[in-house]
Amino acid sequence: MKDAPGTRDYDWWLIAILLAICTLGVIEIYSATQGSSLAGMHTKQIRWLAFGFILMFVLSRLDYHLILDQAWVLYLIGIVALVAVLIFGHTRFGAKRWLPLVGELFQVSELVKLIIIIWLARFFAEVRTDELSLRDLIKAGLLVGLPLGLILKQPDLGTALVLMPLLVVGAFLGGLQWQHAAVITLAGALLVGSVFYPPVSKHLLKPYQRERITSFLHPEEDAKGSGYQLLQSKIAVGSGGFWGKGFRNGTQNQLGYIPVRYSDFIMSAWAEEQGFKGVLIALGLYMALLLRLVQNAQRAKDRAGMFLVMGVAAALGFHVLVNVAMVIGAMPVTGIPLPLMSYGGSATLFVFLAIGLVMNVRIRRFVN
Amino acid sequence: MSYSFRNDNRLPQARLAVVSYVIVGMIGLLLIGFWKLQVIDSDKYSQWADRNRIRSIPVIAPRGRMLDRDGRVLVDNYPSFSVLLLRDDPALVMKELPVIAEGLGVPLNDLADQLDSARELPKFQPIVIKPEASPADVAFIESHRSDIPLLEMLMVHRRRYLPKGFMAHASGYVGEVSEKQIEDSNSKLRPGDFVGKTGLERQYNDILQGTDGMRRVIVNSVGKEVDRLPTQEAIPGKQIQLTIDYDLQQIAEQSLGARPGAVVALDPRTGEVLAMVSRPTPDPNDFAVRISGKEWKELNDDPLHPLLNRAIQAQLAPGSVFKIVTATAMLEDKNPPESFTSYCPGYATFYGRQFKCWVFGKSSHGTVDLKKAIMESCDIFFYNVGMRLGIDRLSYYGSHLGIGHKTGIDLPSEEAGLMPSAEWAERVQHRKWYAGETISVSTGQGAVTTTPLQLARMIGGIASGGVFKQPHLLKDAQNVGEERFAISESTTEKITEAMYAVVNEGGTGGTLKLAGIELSGKSGTAQVIGYATRERLGKQKKFEDNAWFVGYAPRRNPEIVVAVLVQESGQHGGTASGPVARDIIKAYYDKKNGVPGQVTAQTGQGIPATAGTATATITPAAIKAKELAQR
Repeated sequence: MKDAPGTRDYDWWLIAILLAICTLGVIEIYSATQGSSLAGMHTKQIRWLAFGFILMFVLSRLDYHLILDQAWVLYLIGIVALVAVLIFGHTRFGAKRWLPLVGELFQVSELVKLIIIIWLARFFAEVRTDELSLRDLIKAGLLVGLPLGLILKQPDLGTALVLMPLLVVGAFLGGLQWQHAAVITLAGALLVGSVFYPPVSKHLLKPYQRERITSFLHPEEDAKGSGYQLLQSKIAVGSGGFWGKGFRNGTQNQLGYIPVRYSDFIMSAWAEEQGFKGVLIALGLYMALLLRLVQNAQRAKDRAGMFLVMGVAAALGFHVLVNVAMVIGAMPVTGIPLPLMSYGGSATLFVFLAIGLVMNVRIRRFVN
Repeated sequence: MSYSFRNDNRLPQARLAVVSYVIVGMIGLLLIGFWKLQVIDSDKYSQWADRNRIRSIPVIAPRGRMLDRDGRVLVDNYPSFSVLLLRDDPALVMKELPVIAEGLGVPLNDLADQLDSARELPKFQPIVIKPEASPADVAFIESHRSDIPLLEMLMVHRRRYLPKGFMAHASGYVGEVSEKQIEDSNSKLRPGDFVGKTGLERQYNDILQGTDGMRRVIVNSVGKEVDRLPTQEAIPGKQIQLTIDYDLQQIAEQSLGARPGAVVALDPRTGEVLAMVSRPTPDPNDFAVRISGKEWKELNDDPLHPLLNRAIQAQLAPGSVFKIVTATAMLEDKNPPESFTSYCPGYATFYGRQFKCWVFGKSSHGTVDLKKAIMESCDIFFYNVGMRLGIDRLSYYGSHLGIGHKTGIDLPSEEAGLMPSAEWAERVQHRKWYAGETISVSTGQGAVTTTPLQLARMIGGIASGGVFKQPHLLKDAQNVGEERFAISESTTEKITEAMYAVVNEGGTGGTLKLAGIELSGKSGTAQVIGYATRERLGKQKKFEDNAWFVGYAPRRNPEIVVAVLVQESGQHGGTASGPVARDIIKAYYDKKNGVPGQVTAQTGQGIPATAGTATATITPAAIKAKELAQR
């Protein structure tokens, strides 16, 4: 920390990839909302992006070690905020997820994702052995389980699920032992299996969640519900063909058949209008982004920085996987947005703050 | 220095590499998913996307009109609206159904039934839920366009027939297509389509029925119309011109009145049907919208069978009209010879059974020869002739003159009648022919049955020297069939002379005489009620005699022949039916000769068919000129 890092140390490639993905998102938000009552949404998104960029740079200046020092404080703040949401939160679409903050409604769980990334980095960085002990594993699991349970209570299955890969990737890199991995895999398989098995799932899931699972398995039985959404999304993607129907020409998109086409299903609108070639570009950029993050982790100065970057990579990768798989009908509707492309304030800010952490690690890689 | 996370730089490089591979694999899997949707199954999803956004509403083609021989409109269309239910979204349909039922005043159960019966159809195909929309229905649909985006107005063309069942049996009527017809149509027809069910509507359905078009609009996800695609225009059906003469048809309708029976007027030179009436008659306008099952059952179960076209479907004993067959056989076979006479005391005994002449108990015919026998319709004479000829010869002539064979008129469901023979008795009834039956058949009683159309064709053909033109209703019919049955000139002369005498020399049609017109004919009064199914009822004397008269003019090579049947009148053929034939033939000549004061009628239907033949202005002079031009 003798000399402050210079601009040369930033990962400009990462920023370029980031900007490219944001551009695709803004283009598609414009296409999806122009001429409708939602017109002008792309400019709002640009404002969020600009705000996000600023936050990213600000956060990158603050040494991540100082942040990690406060991991437990942040953890407690996160828990308090989640409890506050359950008590005072705003209800939208049947779920209590929002807290009013400076005139805007913020989705607290987005912030909690960030906090858990930080807390897990600190936790795993303090594991001294090369192999992760069962005791530490259980401890991490319980401490992630608490906020996860609170988020599930909102209910917000999507965000709650995101905490799982943070734990899994962290544990894996922290020296997870094969026999523990086997047990976790088995438990995970049992959990997923039980979610899809109605006699068990009715004790675990809310009715609307069960409905989503059923309509995912049998979309034709649910013509107007989430089965309809998945079907319309698949129709949009499929009808786009290889070359796409063209900018502002997607019929599924323009006529409103794609559900929330500017947000969770933006990939569906993009795939319809830009075709498989557009999908190649978008997914190529996401792959570049994720691999670039892994590379940053590999070059991190220390173990803590590596965990921080990989937490971000795990969160973003999981978002991309679950969202895109949903768009092509390979996963049920979970309400997880596509990072950097989907419209949304809290989600966008989360991504930039997360990237800010990565930059933070990046610019300090040579500092001793 | 104690341990701190700050200076721990053990990095799990191997496991980080594993994460990279996982990322590449994950993106790869997602791309495979997109490849499957966007490249392999792209066509399927493109169709689905089109089906989503494109709503097709049929544009109904108007049916072709029917014109009379002078171009006057007999059957045309009027515009009307049907209410269509769009079924793309079954959940919404189920939700809104009660509101729709109330708004349109249709019982909810009916709607549910209609939906149920359309279950097999593709969901994007709308169904007609109310055929005739009232102004209130239109208002309901327009005012609820946004909150009930399920209803559409469909412009249709309803059939309009002349009132009171005018020419109803010839024209037939249209009705909703049956499931069988849909199957047979190679998916050209869809449920709710209207097709010809009977008569000419059915016979010439392919000509009359156009091809429906399709109006295609783009709708958004809430069913709102946002754009239009090029409309596939409907191709209207072609109109057909009939041989029917509206003026003669009207006389025929009026003259027969409400009596059950039938009238057929033919031009024996061409086979053209000039008029065709059957009574009782339904009003086909009643079926032009949608007939309820109950109304339909009532019509079908009506003991008077209003749906039966008696002109071609009533198979009844021809009575004395058949004596023309017997007479032709006698003259042609010269058995007995032409000079044969018979004494009529009012009855005669054959094979130990007494057969009466129609004058029995009132008077007697005395000694009769062929001419007097036809003129006065003496039964005893023909009993004797029939006995000598035998059933085989009678059957030979009857059959060749058309009895027992369909005439081939261009109408569906024509009946053939029956010309019995010994062979028929054995084949169909598995019994021997009784000689006594021949006695009955020779005067048109017993098993022999004919339709009015057959008798008109037969008498017209005999008076034309044995040339029988196939009756038809389509004016420019191609390849009109013709049968020739050689009848010698002397036979023709003698029989037409006798038929002339029936009217003009004090025969059974003596009251029908017309000045200046060689009206000839033969009456018949049949004692047996001929519907096979009603035979037993007939024996209960519940039904009276059927009166026949087949009149024609002029005496040789007639221009018009009219067969008239008045059922259960209890009167003689000459009395009950003769005047109908006379009225029509008189009207024919009045029109032809342009009798002063004679004005041809208007149909009161639609607009003139072509600019050249204005409906109201067909003058007798014009018709006369046309007649002259044809010679």
